[in-house]
Parts: sequence; structure tokens; C-alpha cells
Amino acid sequence: MLTHLERLESEAIHIMREVVAEANKPVMLYSVGKDSAVMLHLAKKAFYPEVPPFPLLHVDTNWKFRDMYKLRNEVANDAAMDLIVYQNPEAKEKNINPFEHGALHTHMWKTEGLKQALDLYKFDVAFGGARRDEEKSRAKERVFSFRNKQHRWDPKSQRPELWSLYNALKSKGESIRVFPLSNWTELDIWQYIYLEGIKIVPLYFSAYRPTVERDGLIIMVDDDRIPLMKNEKPIFRTIRFRTLGCYPLTGALVSKAKNIPEVIKETLLTASSERQGRAIDLDPAGSMEMKKQQGYF
Amino acid sequence: MTGYIYKTDASNSQDIEAYLQAHQHKSLLRFITCGSVDDGKSTLIGRLLYESKMIFEDQLEQLSADSKTKGTQNGNIDFALLLDGLAAEREQGITIDVAYRFFSTDKRKFIVADTPGHEQYTRNMVTGASTADLAVILVDVCKGVLTQTRRHSYLVKLVGVKNIVLAVNKMDLVDYDQEAFEKISSGYRAFAKEIGIEEFSAVPISATNGENITKCSEKTSWYSGPSILEILENVNLEQSKAQEDAFCMPVQWVNRPNSDFRGFAGKIVSGSLVPGDKVSILPSGKITAVSKIVSFEGPKNKAFSGQSVTLTLKDQVDCSRGQMITAAENFLQVADQFETTMIWLDEEALMPGRSYYLKIGPQLVTAVVSEPKYEINVNSLEHIAAKTFKLNSIGVATVTVDRAVPFAPYHKNRELGGFILIDQVTNSTVGAGLIKFALRRSQNIHWQELDVDRENRAKIKNQKPRVAWLTGLSGSGKTTIANAVEKKLANMGRHTFFLDGDNMRHGLNKDLGFTDADRIENIRRVGEVAKLMTDAGLIVIAAFISPFRAERRMVREMIKPGEFIEVFIDTPLSIAEARDVKGLYAKARSGELKNFTGIDSPYEKPHCPEIRIDTTRIDIEEAAEKIIKILLKT
Repeated sequence: MLTHLERLESEAIHIMREVVAEANKPVMLYSVGKDSAVMLHLAKKAFYPEVPPFPLLHVDTNWKFRDMYKLRNEVANDAAMDLIVYQNPEAKEKNINPFEHGALHTHMWKTEGLKQALDLYKFDVAFGGARRDEEKSRAKERVFSFRNKQHRWDPKSQRPELWSLYNALKSKGESIRVFPLSNWTELDIWQYIYLEGIKIVPLYFSAYRPTVERDGLIIMVDDDRIPLMKNEKPIFRTIRFRTLGCYPLTGALVSKAKNIPEVIKETLLTASSERQGRAIDLDPAGSMEMKKQQGYF
Repeated sequence: MTGYIYKTDASNSQDIEAYLQAHQHKSLLRFITCGSVDDGKSTLIGRLLYESKMIFEDQLEQLSADSKTKGTQNGNIDFALLLDGLAAEREQGITIDVAYRFFSTDKRKFIVADTPGHEQYTRNMVTGASTADLAVILVDVCKGVLTQTRRHSYLVKLVGVKNIVLAVNKMDLVDYDQEAFEKISSGYRAFAKEIGIEEFSAVPISATNGENITKCSEKTSWYSGPSILEILENVNLEQSKAQEDAFCMPVQWVNRPNSDFRGFAGKIVSGSLVPGDKVSILPSGKITAVSKIVSFEGPKNKAFSGQSVTLTLKDQVDCSRGQMITAAENFLQVADQFETTMIWLDEEALMPGRSYYLKIGPQLVTAVVSEPKYEINVNSLEHIAAKTFKLNSIGVATVTVDRAVPFAPYHKNRELGGFILIDQVTNSTVGAGLIKFALRRSQNIHWQELDVDRENRAKIKNQKPRVAWLTGLSGSGKTTIANAVEKKLANMGRHTFFLDGDNMRHGLNKDLGFTDADRIENIRRVGEVAKLMTDAGLIVIAAFISPFRAERRMVREMIKPGEFIEVFIDTPLSIAEARDVKGLYAKARSGELKNFTGIDSPYEKPHCPEIRIDTTRIDIEEAAEKIIKILLKT
């Protein structure tokens, strides 16, 4: 009898193989976070002894933590997979940044960046590490999530998904986002990382780090691009991160959890949901659904 | 009860290593909740999530605030708000789509498919039930077994959910009265038997007050059975039954990193396997043995149902995606025609006779559904005559596929007997089907072996068989051009035949009218006739309005690849109507003639025909020359 993690693993592998068998040009979105790490690990298992037959795509914003860039390059190297790093040239040219541009920052770098990259390389199926337990509208999204030519998601006309039969047919110009981790929870991810010994960014574990406070979030001072107020000095705190995104938009937790069992222990005790530390989700209810309709993965 | 206090899993965190150990060995149960709109479905799920500490403090705060302003529970916690994920759902206070929720206890992890209760959402219920091991059917003790309850029970049984729990809810409103509970559960038992549900557990609950949800309530001292959660934690999983059957794995993908390695990847749907086991490849029936079970962690000495694996075989046998690796002694059958129960999932009704794609396991084939044998009235269970299936219809129909596929009846194995139908134009998933049994085993089909074959016949005539399929509006010039083509070919000493609406409809097709279904059947027969004529070695010129892409594609797929040439006679409607040789447009405009292509019935232009004739630019002679040039190309 399979355990719950074995069943989830088998399901994810099955999904990935369906994509590779049916897509013209698949790609794996790799954001360097813990979910991406698990997804990549599963891909290695699914296609062993072959190297996963698709490239990794990092839609970069220029504002990720330095530790993330470091791990990203190591991981792609170890996996012997092609890594495509894409930065929206328009966002770059206009110097779009999280301090001055707010929501536009995410829209330009991530949503527009992703659409541009998929169009540029003509990828027709993109794997994403999103999970249904993350957010309300995700809970209703299919594993094979269909997008029209403009990359829009229409939550009201989703294809029914029965048994483990996935309909991967589409017309020219249309694409599909596929979420092999749909049925995993945050705790499943942690347990799997622990059991399989998967390498993740050290920022998930607590350390003494320089921080400032912005809008009620503890923000780590990862480089000198963060504007400090007059006479403001970063304060060192023992912190870690529950999710990782652009460093100026990602709130840290004050925590002493230095390894996975301690992180899991804290996760069980925690009083707040996972996405709470993300400035992007503090917008009005339905904002994730809106972003997804616009093409955010 | 109004005061929900935030709960944590503090007790579990004392000895984290022990906790991790225990949780590694949990199993997974997928279940579905169904019930009528006000039976308390959301409250039950909310209660289960809450009791298993899956609702975080920030979510609970948000929920309390939202319940006061947007809730429908008089300011009390309204769990529907937590569960309804789409903006439209929150705005309209309804649930549109299946949502999946997660929670776990020390024994198991659970995935709940939360589906809306309204009648029009059969589609979502069936989707949610297709992967469920268990169904919780909620009944309001004050209202009893409703039409909805019957329909949900029927669907759950149809889709093959083995374990059923009848949760008699709102017991607090009847003061936990045993008689009220017994009345409902015995009423349900009678109905359940009618639809073939032999066993179910009935539990008296109050979702609002949390009675008999996680542990047995003192309020129902007369009830000695388990609580809802105790049932969920202990019920047998479907997976364990599939384990005992013969080994079977549909091949999803062939792994060929280099010329020395050929692995077959797939998910095992029944049985188990050790290296060395004798296996059969279906449909070919070739016998070989398993050499290795390859994995990222190293070779394995056993693989079993539910696992996604990669196998290597002892011999170089032909095996690709869609084929099946099974134990040499197995329960699979191979056939190309089935009796099926279908559930229609699309706004556009079934078109009997039209080609659809059918996906069963990893295999994608072309299928035609015959006119339904009957539709089932899910409320009364009556069989009613039906010409088609509309959205949410359930009924029985024959499905014929274009090649023999290995399968098992659905009741034997869901993964081997369940399929989806896909529209060939829109690519939507339009139907789901459950194979009941094979109507025609492919082993029984023996084509007459002929000494004189089609190549032979064509050779005698010194030509290659072809079908020139002229499509276009009425009055576009199809017949005129087709006549010109045939004359020229005859002058060149070629053997031809001209098929048109008149010579078909006066004889072979005189039983057909002009409804969409009849038009499809007309074209199908023409296609079959054209196919026989190509076997006879003829060059066939067919002139039919054939307004739908799907039908033209159906004919294209009947004919040998390369022999079908689609000719689009492109004449604008205004010009065709101005000509109106037969006076048909005038009749259509006056309403005297219904379903007239171009007027009140659509014409779908070909996307990439082999030949396009723009009659506003070239004359008949030129058009005929252009077609002949392509027809005679070798």
C-alpha cells in the first residue's frame, strides 16, 4: 500500500510524463523556491535515466535574493539541464522596481515577463509549482490549466478532469500551464524535502540577518539597493523565510528553526497561512484570480 | 455555535522526530461530499478543516469578518465563504466549480472534492467522484431524502465509488431524536438497494455543533457506530483491491536516452511485478519478460499498483505509448466497439455519427458514438428514448473506435474502463464514458483476404486512386467544375466516377433529411462509398456542400493518407445567392426552406484545403485544369 507521499509522487510523475508525451515544446518554470525544488526532483525521477527532456525557465525580476541566484546556477548545472533566464527588457529599460512601482513591478517583471518568454521560445506547455492549498482560486484550478492565445485563464470554462485522464489538445498559439504539485500541501512539501534530502535555499532556515521594517513586514537587507531612511541602520534579527520571492517584497519570520524538523515543527504551530508573508497577496480578495486571468502563472 | 477559537497542533510538536516518523506512513483517502444546497455541506467541510487545525488564524479572522458582512448564517461563521474561491462565486453566493481541500489526521491525509449541489452541476459531481474512494452524502434530518439526494447517490454509484456514508445532519434541530434518524436511514436503505448500493454507514451528526464529527457524541447515546472522521480514517482503500488483480501498466512514454536503453514508463493500474515476470504486450499479444525495474534510486525488486515506474524488457518487442504491458495471464480484452454509459459534459449536444477523439489511458483514438440507446432520468431511474445527449445527460450508447484498444470493463477497473471524448475542432472535453462491455471483439474481425488488391486494380487502370472532395456553398459552382474535371479525365482515358448530392440522395441516402445529424450520416455514407471506389482503383470526384469541418475530416480519415484532396470552391455568399440557379436561396430567405447553409445554418470554411478555387478570379476551364494537375500528381 502506498503512503500519501508515494501516491502524490506517483501522480506528479504521471502528469509530467503525459506532458512530455503530448506537448510540442514543454518547459519547466523554475523559481528557485522549495516547490520548484521538489518539482525538479520529481522530474529527474520521472525521466531517469534520461535527463528531463525540457529546459528550465527562470523568469527573473532582478530583485531575488542573492542566495537564490547562487542556488539556481548550481542546481541547473547539477541537473545538466538548460537554464533559460528571462528578464523583461521593457521592465529593465524603465528600471521598474518594487520601491517605486508597487503592483506594476510584479505585473511587468513576472506576468509580462513570463508571457514574453513563452512566446519568444514558443513553449506550448509550462510546468508550474503551484499548489491548490495555497490560495482560494488555485483550489479550483485544473492540473492542466488551459490558456488562450493571450495567455488568459477563464475560470468559468475549465475542462473537466476525470480520473487521471488529461486533455492536452490545443490549437496553435494556445498553451497549457500544468501543475504537478496541485494536490500537495505545504507540509507534504517539507516532509518530502526532508525524506529525499533535496537541496533548498538556506534562507528557509533561520540565521542572523540584517533587516528593516516596511509596512509591517520584516524585510531583509540583501544588498544596498534598498532605500534607507535618514539615520536608519539595519537591525540584525534571527529570521527565516516561509516563501521566497523578490527580497524587498518578502516578509521574514522571526524564528529559530535551523533545520527541516524544526521548520516542520514551526509550520504545525504557526497561526498564519503561507502566503501571508507576501506583499503581492495583501491586495483585495480575488487579486490572485485576477492576476492569473492576466497570465500570471 | 459562534465562537470558533483558533486551534494549533501543539501536542504534535512535542516530539517532532516521532511525528515525522508517523506521518511518513500515512495513507491517502480521497472523498467527495454531496448534498442539496442547504444540507450543510460547507459547514461539514469547514468543521473537518477546523477540527484538524487546517484553518489558520489569519484565515479565521478574515472569515469571521466576512461572515458578518457577506455571510448567509446570520453573522455566524459561514464556511462557504472560506471555500468559494472564485470572485463570481463570492459575488453571487453560489459554488460553480469543484474545489479540492486538504486536511490530515495522525492516521491519514485527506483530499476532499467539494462539489456544488445544484442540478446543473452533474458534470462537476462526476468529475469529483471519478477519483474518490468514498462519498459522504448529506441529508437534512428535517427535510429527509430529496430528489437531489437520490441523484447524487445514483451518480456516486455509477462512477464506482465503493464506500458510502449517509450523514444525517442538523440533528440538533430535532433534539437528537433517534426515531427521526432511523426514519431517514431506513428510507434511504430502500432507495439505495434499488440502485445497487448494498452497504452504507449512516451517522447522525450536527455539523454546526460538531457532534459525531471527530468523536462520538454524548448527545446521541443511542448511536453506537463510529463518527464521520473515524469512518474516514479506517475505511478500506480502493487501491488495496486493485493490488490483488493481474499486473497491468499502460505505456505512457518510451524512455530512450541512448541506443542501449529502452525503458517503458507508466503508472501501474493493477497488480504487482518482480523482475523476471512473464508479460504480454497488448494489443499485439507478444510475450516477453521484465528485465529490470529501473529507478532514480537504483533498480527495484518489486513494483505495485499505484506506482509510476520504468521497466525494461528482455526482448526487443514493439511497444509504444498507448499499448499495455500486462501479466501473461490477465483480465484485459481488446476490442473496437463497446457498449458504454456516457455522461455528457458540454453545452453542445452529442452529434451521433460525428468523429470525436477518445482518450483512454494514454491512448488517443478517433471514435464515433451511435444514436443513444436510451437516456436515464436520474431522478426516477426511468429509461427514456433519446436522439442525442445534452449537457448533464446520462445514458447508454455504442461507441466505435478506429482501432482496437485494450481495456477492462469500468466496474472492474476505473483506469482501464473510463474514457473522455474530445471535440476535434474546439478541443474541449465534451463527454465521459464508462465501458460496460465489448460489442465486437477485434479478434473476430477477419477482413476477406483478396488476391486482387486495391493496388492491383488501380494498376490495371494505369492510375492512382484519388478522391477530389469539392466543398462550398450551394450555387458556388461545385457541380459545374466537377463535370468539367470528369470530362477532361475521361478524355485522357482515366477511370472516374462523379458522386454528387443528387445521385446519392435519390438512392442510397433517400431515408435521410436535412437535420444536422442526417447531414452527418449523409456525408459518412458518401465517404464510405468513395472509399470503396478508391479500393476499386477509381478517381472519385465528390461534390457536396459538406459545411462542417468535422465531417470533412471524418471522410479524410476514412480514405488512405494522401488520396484525399480537399477542394474549396470559394464563392462569396452574395455571388452564390445572386446566381441562385435552383431558386433555393429565395426559398431559404422566405423561410420556406429550413437549415439552409449560408442562411440559417453555418458553413465552416476549410483551414488548409489542398486546393482553393476562387471563382471570382478564374473560370471553369482553369479551375478544372488546376484540380487535374494535383489529382494526377504521383
